[in-house]
Amino acid sequence: MELIKPEIGLIVWQTVVFVILVLLLAKFAWRPILGLIKERESSINDALDSAEKARLEMKNLQASNEKLIKKAREERDEMLKEARTIKEKMISEASTEAEEKASKILANAQETIIAEKQAALAEIKAQVASLSIEIAEKVVKKELDNKEDQMKLVDSMLDDVKLN
Amino acid sequence: MRASNLFKNLVCLVLVALLGGVASYASEKSLEEAEKDFNPTDMIMHHIGDSHGWHFFGENEDAVTLPLPVILYTDAGLVTFMSSEFHHDTSGHHIVEKNDMRFVNLHEKIYMLDQGAEAVEFDAGHHPLNASKPLDFSITKNVAAMFLTVIIMLVLFLSMSKKLKKSERAPKGVHNALEALVLFVRDEIARPQIGEKKYMKFMPFLLTVFFFIWITNLLGLFPGAANVTGNISVTVSLGLVTLVLMIINGNKDFWQHTLWMPGIPGFVKPILAVVELLGLFIKPIALMIRLFANITAGHIIILSLLGLIFILESVGVAGVSVPFALFISVLELLVAFLQAFIFTMLSALFIGMSVAEHEHH
Repeated sequence: MELIKPEIGLIVWQTVVFVILVLLLAKFAWRPILGLIKERESSINDALDSAEKARLEMKNLQASNEKLIKKAREERDEMLKEARTIKEKMISEASTEAEEKASKILANAQETIIAEKQAALAEIKAQVASLSIEIAEKVVKKELDNKEDQMKLVDSMLDDVKLN
Repeated sequence: MRASNLFKNLVCLVLVALLGGVASYASEKSLEEAEKDFNPTDMIMHHIGDSHGWHFFGENEDAVTLPLPVILYTDAGLVTFMSSEFHHDTSGHHIVEKNDMRFVNLHEKIYMLDQGAEAVEFDAGHHPLNASKPLDFSITKNVAAMFLTVIIMLVLFLSMSKKLKKSERAPKGVHNALEALVLFVRDEIARPQIGEKKYMKFMPFLLTVFFFIWITNLLGLFPGAANVTGNISVTVSLGLVTLVLMIINGNKDFWQHTLWMPGIPGFVKPILAVVELLGLFIKPIALMIRLFANITAGHIIILSLLGLIFILESVGVAGVSVPFALFISVLELLVAFLQAFIFTMLSALFIGMSVAEHEHH
């Protein structure tokens, strides 16, 4: 029974000592400790947050870098392609022009050839006509002499023509 | 590898010393028991009870005891003297005279003899007839042990706060362990039980009560140490602090729910008010009894196991009871923490109930 009988003296000591202990520790230990722990917690959290932010920024930077590179590559490809098409166009244009020129020259040449040919034919026709007339004149003149002479004349005349 | 071997050797050494010590003590004792019977109840009650003077070892006149001041409040004012003036007498025979008043120590209670009485006279139930008890505010063994806890706590936590102020780096060593416990009290006890808004106000109380009970429990496990948290007066005081905090911090909602519960038929309200009011006091009473009973029970088990050696008057029993007592002692290490945790947890829960804001239906 002694065990469960509270003693007033001990209760008073315990209460006084405990309350003083709470007040002392609250002022000099608990508040500073809890405050500093909280501060440290928030600084750790901040550090982690900023690290995460930096990581994200890095990632963004990398992504934009890649984008830039991709864009540059695309531009280069575009330029190359353009250059190629321009080259092809120039070549084809040049060749068609050349062809046109060549065909023009050919046509011109043919035209002159035809014109020359016609002129030559016309001259030949004229000469043949005048020769025929001369031959006919001489034949007519000789007809009066004898037949043999006339033939001789015609032959010689023809020889003349051949020689021409 | 070498360290673990060393540790093993050390444990063996301690065990042998313990067994040897108990054995030699037992053999001496059995001689004595021819004259005086061994009374286990007295032995256990003496160990778990409070006393004037801190007894370490030895019997009667050979006893080695730290004398502690006796402070009495009598009708004629304060009387103080050292407990050594009783010369280890607790049977009420040795009379100390101070300011014309006579005092005796009867089973660690100080009695003041009535005017003119020369010796204590007892009735049939061994109660003193001609003496009365003055108000006793002595620094008893428990009070001294309590001071020891206070000093340890002040040293630990003032140095911890100093260290924290000095550097913002992570804590090291014992401060790291203490910080883990502080965070445990904050994050596992205060925050969930009281709530994010108000827990900070009660942190000093919760932290102090947690470490006070834990450290006192641990100190109580040393042989020869005081049984502070296993003393009903100490737990009554701790429970009272919780009760006062519950009452002065109770908000309007809390009192309304205690005295005039809303939302139930009118005739039930007074009945429920009685129940709730009783509950208000039963909560801290449960706290004080739980702590007292758990710690005292642990001490009684260990003392009973060791007492078996003397009851059976055989050294051989030590081979069984010492390992058992060792096992219980290790268990008590866990109980020391567990009881500190439970007391703090329930205090936080009860305070949380007082300050909780109910949603209105």
